[in-house]
Amino acid sequence: MSQPGIFAALNEIIRRDLLLVLRRRSDVLTTVLFFIMVASLFPLGVGPEPAVLRTIAPGVLWVAALLSCLLSLGRLFTADYVDGVLEQMLLIPQPLSVLVIGKVAAHWLISGLPVVLLSPLLGLQFGLSGEALGVLTLSLLLGTPTLSFIGAIGAALTLGVRGSSVLIALLVLPLFIPVLIFGAGAVTSSASGIGAGAHLSLLGAGLLLALALAPWATATSLRIALE
Amino acid sequence: MLNVDNVSCLRGERRLITALSFTVQQGRLLAVTGENGSGKTSLLRMLCGLLPPEQGRILWEDQDVRACRERFLASLIYVGHLNSLKDDLTPVENVTISARLAGEEISEGKTCEALEAVGLARVIHRLPTRVLSQGQKRRVSLARLWMSQRPLWILDEPFAALDASATGLLMQQLRSHLHNGGIVIAATHQEIDVGADRLDQLRLAG
Repeated sequence: MSQPGIFAALNEIIRRDLLLVLRRRSDVLTTVLFFIMVASLFPLGVGPEPAVLRTIAPGVLWVAALLSCLLSLGRLFTADYVDGVLEQMLLIPQPLSVLVIGKVAAHWLISGLPVVLLSPLLGLQFGLSGEALGVLTLSLLLGTPTLSFIGAIGAALTLGVRGSSVLIALLVLPLFIPVLIFGAGAVTSSASGIGAGAHLSLLGAGLLLALALAPWATATSLRIALE
Repeated sequence: MLNVDNVSCLRGERRLITALSFTVQQGRLLAVTGENGSGKTSLLRMLCGLLPPEQGRILWEDQDVRACRERFLASLIYVGHLNSLKDDLTPVENVTISARLAGEEISEGKTCEALEAVGLARVIHRLPTRVLSQGQKRRVSLARLWMSQRPLWILDEPFAALDASATGLLMQQLRSHLHNGGIVIAATHQEIDVGADRLDQLRLAG
């Protein structure tokens, strides 16, 4: 297996998916607007009490990020499956898990990175301190790629199944729980002066674990779906 | 040389193919025929490795394809019954990206030459693929055959949606590929005119 070939395929799949998003911007806008709307509705509904807003901010922002990731997961493999491109991807000499990493990376760039970049701005609505905003951004930076990797397994397992969007949610939401707990916990710990180091380390470990296992699991699921 | 040794295929509860064996030599085309649902597509998907056979082996140059997967896939072009095109990309982007993903170093200039060879005028090279007709999309899908040196072509209904002129161009390209020592396996309902000395037939009963 030639390494230049692997990196070329990885680069090509990311470039292709980003090019497709440029041609159909509504897909990325839907995810970002959903994140902004959900995160902005809570201060309106809960009221302007600063202490309450600061308390709920980590959980609200993390749940909003998680749901916006979920919203875009259905598209991860479906279009490629329907038009036959996925079938061709299985016939590429490079390992399928490499292409899965490329697809997940593109998914994160499209749906995860905008959430990470917008989170400090939305955190201001909740009156978070500068330090808490920094920890929130860092936790999302470590946690959202993990959500994409876990979500890819669900998207592959439900490929071609009727009502797959509901099934994806049922499959992956329980797996998202540890990421949510450590992500929101990092911000809460930082705000209460304990320090976010432990939570962020666990998020980092989770990301490494997802990077090691999820591409293989997703590739296996894709092969089964296409048989 | 491609050898199929005692291969069987089960789809759901139905046995489509039972203990099938055949060999396709260099420079020969195997036309797979049979009624709808007789297992033509399943056979081609098994040959590519998309569908594992229930039993039996598929050998490429005397090696089990499972043991030499990378080498086998680097020798193969598969055109399925779906065109494998993204509607939001142009024909040039579609062909170039799929060839590059398959590990071929292809310039957009070479892609344009292939698209012209398959009868697509330059004016439509940069249009979104979604505006093309079914026949034009099929031509785009087949353009890789004009760009690649890969010896084994597995084609599922390659003539579907093609008009007489495109059919003629494809037939000519098949003859040229066989003349250069290539192998073609095609599921088709159409007569293939590549010369009786190069043509084998396999009829699936289903």
